[in-house]
Amino acid sequence: MYIIKEKRELSQGVKLFVMDAPLIAKKCRPGQFVILRIDEDGERIPLTIADFDRKAGTITLIFQEVGNTTRQLGMLNVGDSLLDLAGPLGTATEIEKFGTVICVGGGIGVAPLYPIARAYKEAGNTVISIIGARNSALLILEQEMAAVSDELIITTDDGSKGRKGLVIDPLQEILVQKTVDRVMAIGPVIMMKSVAKVTRPHNVHTLVSLNPIMVDGTGMCGGCRVSVGNKNKFACVDGPEFDAHLVDFDGLMARQRMYHDYERGSKRCGGDCACHQ
Amino acid sequence: MSSVKHPMPEQPAHERRRNFSEVELGYDEATAQAEAARCLQCKTAPCRQGCPVEINIPAFIKHIREGSYLEAIEEIKTKNNLPAVCGRVCPQEDQCEKLCVLAKKGQPVGIGRLERFAADFARNRPPRKTAPPSDEPAGKVAVIGGGPAGLTVAGDLARLGYKVTIFEALHAPGGVLMYGIPEFRLPKDIVRTEIEELKQMGVDIVVNAIIGKTFTIDELLQEEGYDAVFIGTGAGLPHFMDIPGENLNGVYSANEFLTRVNLMKAYRFPQSGTPVHIGRRVAVVGAGNVAMDAARTSLRLGADTVYIVYRRSEEEMPARQEELEHAKEEGVEFRLLTNPVGILGNEQGWVKGLECIRMELGEPDASGRRKPVPVPNSNFILDVDTVIMAIGQGPNPLVQQTTPGLAVDKRGNIIADESGKTSKEGVFAGGDIVTGAATVILAMGAGKKAAASIHEYIQNKRKRDRN
Repeated sequence: MYIIKEKRELSQGVKLFVMDAPLIAKKCRPGQFVILRIDEDGERIPLTIADFDRKAGTITLIFQEVGNTTRQLGMLNVGDSLLDLAGPLGTATEIEKFGTVICVGGGIGVAPLYPIARAYKEAGNTVISIIGARNSALLILEQEMAAVSDELIITTDDGSKGRKGLVIDPLQEILVQKTVDRVMAIGPVIMMKSVAKVTRPHNVHTLVSLNPIMVDGTGMCGGCRVSVGNKNKFACVDGPEFDAHLVDFDGLMARQRMYHDYERGSKRCGGDCACHQ
Repeated sequence: MSSVKHPMPEQPAHERRRNFSEVELGYDEATAQAEAARCLQCKTAPCRQGCPVEINIPAFIKHIREGSYLEAIEEIKTKNNLPAVCGRVCPQEDQCEKLCVLAKKGQPVGIGRLERFAADFARNRPPRKTAPPSDEPAGKVAVIGGGPAGLTVAGDLARLGYKVTIFEALHAPGGVLMYGIPEFRLPKDIVRTEIEELKQMGVDIVVNAIIGKTFTIDELLQEEGYDAVFIGTGAGLPHFMDIPGENLNGVYSANEFLTRVNLMKAYRFPQSGTPVHIGRRVAVVGAGNVAMDAARTSLRLGADTVYIVYRRSEEEMPARQEELEHAKEEGVEFRLLTNPVGILGNEQGWVKGLECIRMELGEPDASGRRKPVPVPNSNFILDVDTVIMAIGQGPNPLVQQTTPGLAVDKRGNIIADESGKTSKEGVFAGGDIVTGAATVILAMGAGKKAAASIHEYIQNKRKRDRN
């Protein structure tokens, strides 16, 4: 059993849990994720680790209530527990002193970005962070990101905070103005695709962290496969980070829609199966 | 005496093809005794040579014939911790039953069916007395992976007085018995009961523990005080064909498809949280037991038409005869000498067809089977909306990647000798992670040998340390 030690609502439908998970806290590194299951009938879902405290033996998970499982998760409170929490999974972010690194986060993607930005900063990089959301109410971890960045730029689609527009607007400008050694982008697939498009002509090594559909998270099912440089990779063991210039984002977007009808409850299991008898 | 086995009652094909209840119903007492009476009790007992875990087959059959069913199961359990599982999924026709003297003139004794009968009879009876764990365990052993190999190692070493902990990456132990083999062939309650018995013998099971991530092998040996480690992480990395369209929605690896249905209970969606997509027309690529499981599961999820697509002919199919026959009876259609060359998708990214080419058999290849070669210009499109790839699995790499000094072959399988010894001291391995994908019972046989060799290793080490 894994107990929820702390719960906060970061913005509408975005919640933060601090989980008691000493074994995972001891080992995890920025960029890795966990798989959780709420109860006996629950599905296994991956969530990237948003922070960890090795001393306290806790990890922080931040999630947006977008599907059945995340909605159910959001209803849990401090003192409640999850049945299963497995990790840390995936390959950790490569952290070195590269020089100037731009961290781009969109929406809920800022959550996994935060420990990575912090690690870049601790390694001696100049960190410029650009975080964006549809509007100011949906922005998360602004102060945390400010604390680990040499410069923080905020964008909102409606201009309710920071610059009006998309995260790629300031990214574009910085790439023209100065030498950038690395870009890390985490957010909606469409955002990561745009970031890749913007950095490609500048020849800047760009990484994205993918969050495809997974079941086991250990390489066993292959459900998280994504085409990278025309080769299939499993995001759970080969990733979740990949070279943005090689990822087939369109294929990834299509695969993420696979269970939309099931999530909406409009689709059942065929009609003739055991659950209908 | 009858020259044929007593038939096993089973659900009629037209009913069972739409439900997940067990297909085979097992012998009743009278039938079991009658079948047991067919055994000649030969002194040489050639059947025993065919059993990877060396069960004294004539002895347990004699107990059944005499109506001493609990004695029968006691006899089996001295060698095999998972008899209800093995009675169901062992390929007896290639092992014990193949060597039965009766098989020379007719059908062999139904050894598997009798093993199953004894195990099922003993289920839900008071557990047999197990020796209380001694104050001073003979040693401490970590088992990585709670599948057939690991469960066997754990049971054998627990019986020898070792403190054994199984580390399982998923949320439930059992490995392929839980995620792979479907409920209708191996009810999960049966697997849980047999694993429960191991726990009663003092075996600890830690779930959600990913060795290579949560702990490393070196930490287990150096910091956690384990005397030895057994790696039984199995063949967990699904292969794809590397043909266009494999990432379309509606394409599954058999591993994912079966895991969703078996481990995650997607057949009860939405009561269970995990969905599985099943179309009206399904193509399963491959013809092993996993392919048959995927095809028969597809029917039970409500598919109208299910094809097995296989590039060779029926003769070369790796599936057990019994599985093949069950699949046919249930209405699975076979497209043999047919090889997929691409998967076609619609504009929304979903499967709309499987492009195949016809094959013919040429000269024998390295496996001794006639090599299938494509017939030029014979491409055609199979009208399907779901494709399941059941063409095998490779070794899961997580442990190997994080264990310095552990030798692997070019496929990524761990190199271990007959007794399970690897290149790293104190580290043993067995089952699919060593041999590549094989059967439950072969993994159990490897586990048995490894347990004996771990016992020897630890006792020798203790002796050396004392001197």
